[in-house]
Amino acid sequence: MRLHAENLSGERGGSAVFSGVGFSLGAGDALLVTGPNGAGKSTLLRVVAGLLPAAEGRVGLEGEDPETWPSVGAACHYLGHLNALQPALGLAENLLFWQRFLGASLLEVDAALAAVGLAGLGHLPCGALSTGQRRRAAIARLLVSRRPIWLLDEPTAGLDRAAETRFDAILARHRDDGGIVLAATHAPLGLAGAVELALPGAG
Amino acid sequence: MGALFRRDLVLGLRAGGGALTGLLFFLAVIATIPFGVGPDLGLLARIGPAILWIGALLAGLLGLDRLFQADRDDGSLDLLILAEARHLLPLTVFVKCLAHWTASVLPLVIASPLLGLFMNMSPPSIVATALTLLVGTPAIAFIGAAGAAVAVALPRGGVLVSVLVLPLAIPVLIFGVSASYAATADPDPFLPPFLILAALTLFLGVVGPVAAALALRFAAD
Repeated sequence: MRLHAENLSGERGGSAVFSGVGFSLGAGDALLVTGPNGAGKSTLLRVVAGLLPAAEGRVGLEGEDPETWPSVGAACHYLGHLNALQPALGLAENLLFWQRFLGASLLEVDAALAAVGLAGLGHLPCGALSTGQRRRAAIARLLVSRRPIWLLDEPTAGLDRAAETRFDAILARHRDDGGIVLAATHAPLGLAGAVELALPGAG
Repeated sequence: MGALFRRDLVLGLRAGGGALTGLLFFLAVIATIPFGVGPDLGLLARIGPAILWIGALLAGLLGLDRLFQADRDDGSLDLLILAEARHLLPLTVFVKCLAHWTASVLPLVIASPLLGLFMNMSPPSIVATALTLLVGTPAIAFIGAAGAAVAVALPRGGVLVSVLVLPLAIPVLIFGVSASYAATADPDPFLPPFLILAALTLFLGVVGPVAAALALRFAAD
């Protein structure tokens, strides 16, 4: 499968934040989106996911059966600034819901929690977790159901060093399995051989 | 979809979910009416169905602003929209409405016979009112979803949701109350207004989620 973007422009609040962005990613590729604050990194990810309309250009999948992944959004895991975990529900409850709702189960909830170092904490309500733990739980959501494309917006915000290393290993495994990673970040991620896309920003 | 229903139901019933708030509001409204109106039993019995309906309508509107707000606050809403290829967005909204109705409005319907006694209503009148509430209140949740979706991007959309939804809920109120009255007032037929009420629920069950899905898609900035 290939993820194509041609001549993408995005706008926020009526004014263009980036334009003329294009890339083509195959299985195992990674794209690192960098740039100053306000350069449109998050906007780019949301445009790729289809959550925001592109002002210009298009995003599409190639070489994929449209039955399996009818749209780019359907093939994406989106990890935004927010963790998509309800504070009143338990950690395992949250993940189990997303697994059932998203379908295409990959790892069991317990195994996914163990993979991010939260084994044995599944019964805790998400409101009782620390910022870093919540971020890890959100990463565990990427593991409970299968999506070939991961859109990650500042994925390591709040993670400690050990969790970052573990997350790098998770990303490497996803790419080995033929997955595609798009990450917007300031912090260096352990994405070996990633293409860097630097958005210039307004200044 | 079953998973979404279960999750929203659990969220609604747990502390802070708002299911109890609506019920307590309903109880408070109905319990104070006899003190305000006075001890005229005939008058109470006459206005009983209308008061029950108005109380249920306002209590049902209370928790509506949280319908999508909780999902937006934690980012789940983006994922619900992204999953559209797997779960049609209007269907997702429909299931959320059903879960909201089951958690917050069904308790009102179940409590309404007891509160009917407070209003000195006769048994047939109580049964008819509970039945019309059971059939009519889902319509309020469905049309409320459209209002909640429009107001989801606003920081304090609660009042706006009520103001947006109330005019649209008026037909439901009119036919609900007239069917309840028809059960006791002899020459009036019960079935026609009751069937119109059921038709309203079915109609809004389609229109509400579709409109809400449209609004949500444009609110996803």
